[in-house]
Amino acid sequence: MLKVKGIFPYKAKVLAMAVTASLLGATAANAAGQLNIYNWSDYMDQAVLDKFSKKYDIKITYDTYDSNETLLSKLKSGVTGYDVAVPGDYMVKIMIDEGLLENIEASKLDNFSNVKEELIDVYYDPGHQYSVPYQAGTTSFVVDKAVYDGDINTLDILFNPPEELKGKINIFRDVNEVINAALRYKGYEICNSNRQQLSEVNDLLSEAKEHWLSIASDGAKEMLISGDAAASMSWNGMALQARLEKPTLEYAYPKEGMTAWADNLVVLKGSKNIENAKLFLNFMLDPENAAAISNVTGYTPGVKGADAYLVKEFKGAHELNLPEGTATPQFVPPCSPEVVKLYDRLWTNLLR
Amino acid sequence: MKHSISYYPGTKPITILCLFILYTPLIVISLYSFNSLRSITTWGEFTFDWYIKAFSNPAIQNATMNSLLIAVLASSIATLIALAAAMGMLRGAPLRKQKIVVGVINLPLLLPEIVVAVASLIFFIAIDMTLGLGTILLAHIVFCIPFAYLPISTRLKDIKQSFDEAAYDLYASRWQAFRHVTLPMAMPGIVSGLMLAFVVSLDDFIVANMVAGPGSSTLPMTIYSMLRIGLTPEINAISTILLLISILFVTASWWCNRSSKSTT
Amino acid sequence: MLNIFKLSKEEKVRYGLISPSMLMIGFFLLIPISIVFVYSFLQPGTYGGVEWVFSLDAYKQFLFQEDFLTEELQFTSAYLEIFGRSFLQAAIATLLCFMIGFPTAYFIATRPANTQSLWLFAITIPYWVNLLVRTIAMLFIIRDQGPLNEFLMYLDWIDTPIKLAYTPFAVSLGLFYSFLPFMVLPIYTALSRFDMSLLTAAHDLYASRWAALKNVLIPSVSNGIYAGCLLVFIPSIGSFIAPDLLGGGKQLMIGNLIALQFQGSRNWPFGAAIAIILLTIILITLLIFSLRKKGEQQ
Repeated sequence: MLKVKGIFPYKAKVLAMAVTASLLGATAANAAGQLNIYNWSDYMDQAVLDKFSKKYDIKITYDTYDSNETLLSKLKSGVTGYDVAVPGDYMVKIMIDEGLLENIEASKLDNFSNVKEELIDVYYDPGHQYSVPYQAGTTSFVVDKAVYDGDINTLDILFNPPEELKGKINIFRDVNEVINAALRYKGYEICNSNRQQLSEVNDLLSEAKEHWLSIASDGAKEMLISGDAAASMSWNGMALQARLEKPTLEYAYPKEGMTAWADNLVVLKGSKNIENAKLFLNFMLDPENAAAISNVTGYTPGVKGADAYLVKEFKGAHELNLPEGTATPQFVPPCSPEVVKLYDRLWTNLLR
Repeated sequence: MKHSISYYPGTKPITILCLFILYTPLIVISLYSFNSLRSITTWGEFTFDWYIKAFSNPAIQNATMNSLLIAVLASSIATLIALAAAMGMLRGAPLRKQKIVVGVINLPLLLPEIVVAVASLIFFIAIDMTLGLGTILLAHIVFCIPFAYLPISTRLKDIKQSFDEAAYDLYASRWQAFRHVTLPMAMPGIVSGLMLAFVVSLDDFIVANMVAGPGSSTLPMTIYSMLRIGLTPEINAISTILLLISILFVTASWWCNRSSKSTT
Repeated sequence: MLNIFKLSKEEKVRYGLISPSMLMIGFFLLIPISIVFVYSFLQPGTYGGVEWVFSLDAYKQFLFQEDFLTEELQFTSAYLEIFGRSFLQAAIATLLCFMIGFPTAYFIATRPANTQSLWLFAITIPYWVNLLVRTIAMLFIIRDQGPLNEFLMYLDWIDTPIKLAYTPFAVSLGLFYSFLPFMVLPIYTALSRFDMSLLTAAHDLYASRWAALKNVLIPSVSNGIYAGCLLVFIPSIGSFIAPDLLGGGKQLMIGNLIALQFQGSRNWPFGAAIAIILLTIILITLLIFSLRKKGEQQ
C-alpha cells in the first residue's frame, strides 16, 4: 500500500486556499511598464520582443490564438486585459464595426511613413485610424511536383484533381477560403448570396471531398513534408518554409484567382496601456524589426526598406513574387450576415 | 500465485501490450527531440539544441509553470473535497437525498468539456471575475472533483463499517478512527483519485483555453498554438522533460515507500 | 428542503463534509449550465453572443433545415448522423479500453502488494505527456509511411500500407489511447479490494476459470467496470482533438459541432441546444442503466 500520508495533511487545504486567493488577485495587478500582446501562433520573433522590452523597459506578456474567428469570439465574449492584437484585414473591419478597437490615429505614428504604398489606402481601415500593417501574404495551395508534374496553376488541382493527387489533398479548415476558392473555380462572384450558384458549389464540394485526405489547417506543412499529403492549401510564407525543407514542393498561382490578405497591429478597446501599445506599433513599423518577423514567418513585411534585412533565401522567392501574367490576388472583405449564414450551411454540410 | 485459480493466462501479455501501446509514441517523441531537423519524419543528426531552445523560450517556460501550478493545486483541492464528500456519503446509513448528491458530484463527467468551457466563461464574465490563472483553477477544481471521487468512493464503499465501530469501541475519537483506520485503508483509492485528477487537469486544453486571460496560457494552449506548423522538436523536448520528471517522481515515491516499509 | 435543525449531530457532520463539493459544483457548474439552457432558447447575435429574444429555432434547426433553393423546411438527418457516429466511435473506444484495460488491471491487482503501485505509476506516466502531443505521436505511428506499416511490410504480412491515418477507425484508436488509464484505474481499485480466495472457493465448487470470472469476479467488481466505462465513454463522446487530428477533420463529431457553433459559425443558441440534447440523451441512458441495475439487485 502507498504511504502518501503526511503529504497532504489537512493544513495543506488552508494553505492551498490562501494560494488560490493570491492567484485571483494576481492578474489584476500593475499597469505601468506593461504590455499584453495577443497574436497568431508562430508569428513573432522572440528577439524582437526582447529588444522592445529592453529599449522601453516594458514587461511583455505574450499569448497566442489560432484564427481570426477565435480572436473575435474571445473578445466578443468579454475577455479583457490584452492591449495589442493582430487581426487579418476583414477582421479589422468587423472589429471596428463591433466597437472592439481603440482609435489611436495610427497614421500619425512617427514610423507610419514607412508603410508600403499599396497598404495605405485599404478598404478595412480608411485613413488608418485603428491599424498599422504587420505582415501580408496570399493564400493558394502547394503541390509536390515529384508526385504530379502537370500544370498546377489551376484550381482543378483541388476540385477536380488528377489521378496522382486523388486522396492526397489537404484542404484548410477555413470556411471563407474554401468556399471562395470554389466560387472562383466556378467563375462566380465571391461573397455571393445567389442560392442557385451556392447550391452548385455545395455539389462541387461534396464531390471533391471524396478526393480529399483531410480538412485541417494545423500541421498542413508537416503533412506536405512527410508526404502524407501531395497537395495542400497553403499561405505563401508557409509554402516557402515547406519548400526549404522539401524542394519538390511548389506554390501555385491559380489562373482563377487567389486571396490576398494583410494582418494588422491594432490596439484593443479598454486597453490600460495605450501609450505602450502605440510605442510597440511604432517600433514594429521600423524596417529592421519588420524584416526580423518576416525572416521567421516567410511573409512580406508591410513596410518599405525591409528588403535589406531579409535573409537571402527569401529575396526573389517564387512564393513572395507574383509571376508575370498572374491574376492579381484579391482582398476579401467580410460578407454580409445573410451570406455568412449561407456559407456556414455549406460548411456544415461539407463537414458532416 | 501463478498456478492458483486466480491466475488467468493472457493477462501478462495483454499488460505488456498495453504498456507497449502506451509507451511507443512517447519513445518516438523522445527520440525525435534529439533530431537536428525541424521535422518528425526525417532524421538529421543528433543534437541538444531543441532542449536549449525550449528552455530559453519564455512562452514554454511560463506555460509549463502555469500548468504544473494549476494541476497540483486543482488536483489536491479536488481530492480533499472529494474525500470529504465520500466520507460524508458512505460512513453510515444512506443519507436522505443521497442520490441527488451523487448525481451532482458526477455531473462534471456527464458534460462535454466544450459545454463546461463555454458555460464557465459566460459565468465568470457575468460575475465580473478577471480571467486568468484563478478562473482556470476554479474551473479545474470543479471538473476534477468527480475524477477524484469515483475511485475514493469505490474504495470506501468496501471498507467495512465495522472497522470504524471497532475503533470507536476502543475509545478512539472520530478523528483518530479516520486517521488510523479509514484513511490508511482508503489510501489506494485516494492516490488513484489524486492521480486521475492531476492528469485530467494537466491535460485540459478546451476549458483552460476558454477561461484564460492575459499571461495565463497553459502548456496545452501553447502546444496547440505551436501545432499549427506541426509537431516541433521543442514540443518533443519539453514532453521528454515532463516524462523524465515523472519517472523521477515515481522512482522517488517508490523508494520512499519501500524504505518506510522496511523500517516499520 | 432539508431542515438542518432536525438533523442529528452525526448527520450534521456528514452534511458538513458533503457541502464543499455541493457548493463548488453548484456554484461553478449548475448555475453556468442553467445559463446554457436559457441560451438555447434565444436567438444568435451576428458575431457570437445572443439576442434576448425567445426562440425555438435552435431546436428546430437540429431536425429541419430550409432547402437551399426552395427555402422550404425539410427534415434533415445531418445532425442525427453526427450523433450516431459519435456514439459509435465512443463505444468502440470504450470496448477497446475494456478489452485491454480489464486484463491489465487484473494483472496489476494480482501482483505482490509492494510492486502494485509501481505498475500503476507505469500506467499513468504516459499521461504526463500532453494529450495533443500523444495524439500527434499516434498519428505519426499509424500513418502510411509510419513505423507500424513499415514494420508490417518488413514482416511481409502486408504488401501495401494499411490506410489507418485520417480514417474513422483512427479516431476510435486515438480515443482508446487517450483514455485507457481511466479504465484501468477504477477497475484496479475495485479489484484490489476483491477477495481472491473467493475464486478459489468457486473453483472448489467445480467452477471453471471462465465461469468463476463470469459469475464471481466480474459481478463483484461491476462498480469499478461501470466507473471505468463511464470515464472513457463520456470524454470520448465530447472529444474533438482526436477527430480533428487523426480523422483528418473530414467528419464532425458532437464535440467539433458544438465548438464550431461557438467559434466558426458563431451560433451560440444552436451550440447550446446541441449540448442540452446531448446531455439529455446521456442522462436518460444513465437512468435506464441504473434502473436495470437496481432491478438485477432485487
